[in-house]
Amino acid sequence: MNSNPLARLGNTGLYVLTDLGRMTLFLGMILRGVFRRPFRFREFLQQIHFIGVGSLTVIFFTALSTGMVLGLQGYYSLNKFGADGMLGSAVSLTLIMELGPVLTALMVAGRAGSAMCAELGIMRISEQIDALDCMAIDPFRYFISPKFLATLIAIPLLTVIFDVVGIAGGYIAGVKLMGVSPGSYIQGMTSSVTNHDIYLGVIKSFVFAVLVVWICCGRGYFVQRIRGAGFGAESVSRVTTQAVVLSSIAVLVFDYLITAVLL
Amino acid sequence: MSMAAIEFKDVKKSFVKGDGTVQHVLDGVNFSIPSGKTTVIAGGSGQGKSVTLKLILRLMDVDSGQIIIDGDDITRVRGKKLESLRTRFGVLFQGAALFDSLSVFENIALPLRERTSKSEQEISQLVSESLAQFELTGHEGKYPAQLSGGMQKRVGLARAMQLHPSIMLFDEPTTGLDPVMTREIYHLFARTQALFGFTSIIVSHDIPKVFNLADQVIILDRGRMDIFARPEEIQWSEKEHIKDFVKTAMGEIYQSRLVEK
Repeated sequence: MNSNPLARLGNTGLYVLTDLGRMTLFLGMILRGVFRRPFRFREFLQQIHFIGVGSLTVIFFTALSTGMVLGLQGYYSLNKFGADGMLGSAVSLTLIMELGPVLTALMVAGRAGSAMCAELGIMRISEQIDALDCMAIDPFRYFISPKFLATLIAIPLLTVIFDVVGIAGGYIAGVKLMGVSPGSYIQGMTSSVTNHDIYLGVIKSFVFAVLVVWICCGRGYFVQRIRGAGFGAESVSRVTTQAVVLSSIAVLVFDYLITAVLL
Repeated sequence: MSMAAIEFKDVKKSFVKGDGTVQHVLDGVNFSIPSGKTTVIAGGSGQGKSVTLKLILRLMDVDSGQIIIDGDDITRVRGKKLESLRTRFGVLFQGAALFDSLSVFENIALPLRERTSKSEQEISQLVSESLAQFELTGHEGKYPAQLSGGMQKRVGLARAMQLHPSIMLFDEPTTGLDPVMTREIYHLFARTQALFGFTSIIVSHDIPKVFNLADQVIILDRGRMDIFARPEEIQWSEKEHIKDFVKTAMGEIYQSRLVEK
């Protein structure tokens, strides 16, 4: 290893730039794969099932507990100012614009993103991706682009489910447990949530879906080119952890950027 | 002299190692692989045998030079042209590279389903014939994890043969197999080549056995390449690294037997 700190910094800079370039080209190849025929509809449906249906339980419980905590915390804070009638508004806006898209993306990154990364990593180290290339079968069309499209559909739908369950959780905590009037909870929600707020949540969920599937699949696909990942099974486990961490950070950073631009 | 199926022209490939030093795996090598013959690529670990295969398949890019395959330079082509060139190859990977989630039948049928417009009935017929040919009948419903190493290699070979490649590449075909299985794979190789008449390139550590199949031997050593028109010629080489290689790879007994002849 070079002992010159400047040289090390330069090497790291070059590695980061190369990695970014590689990942950008990877995204381009995924998008090209979406339009290549024949489209593998069955694989697409299986991925929708794996990412969407398979994530329902974790999304349901995360949404319910988040909504209930928001209901309790919101009631505690608003009640101090005699504004507990605004609880429906506070819970629904927080969930629709912020927590719904972010937590859904984080849950999917942890559950399905890690699985996608590990699957591709194992396929790479066991030369299955090379085998596809050698048979002149485009690996992007064959199994990466269907994952991409499935994630793009599953995450926004899961976000909607998260929002609905979360709002119901807030209702249970605020109305049933703390005694807020049901009418004011519903009224607060319907009067304060605008189409713009819903669009913001939807745009976020689409962007997060792209980030999660792009980073997780890309890390797995390039498992042998990632510095410090090691070799064999160890490299897959390290890169899978890295994929979840990176995609989670990307979701949080983009959450701020989108909010700053669109709010 | 047979026509060349593959020609390497001044091919260079190097890698930057973890410590920042550059390793020249191929340092301006030139050689031809004759059509319809068997070429064995041998050499110590890390000398670039598998890299050579990956360069031929364009799974890796050269630093400079040309690799001519049936008149086309594979280092320059892209997209559909590259796909079309790749369909001329069949590859048996070191670990067979079977798809874990597909059964034996589905693995063998994959290239036919994806690269041809044959009906399911025709595919089923062709796969059944291949299963019989590679002695896999009765195992078509199994998954790769349920097969022995030798059977996985046979499935890999059956899959590679589906599009009738003109060039077959074998990357360490007997690694991890016991001697009985190794012999079986070489018999299968000889039988398949006699039947299909493809050009074959074998990368192997199993030197004494694989040399029996070779028409030409290429030995890689620190970026250089030595070519022997016949395996027996290796023993007459005056080069020190070849003598060392023969001694290490073939063993003292085999070497003395060669000299006696």
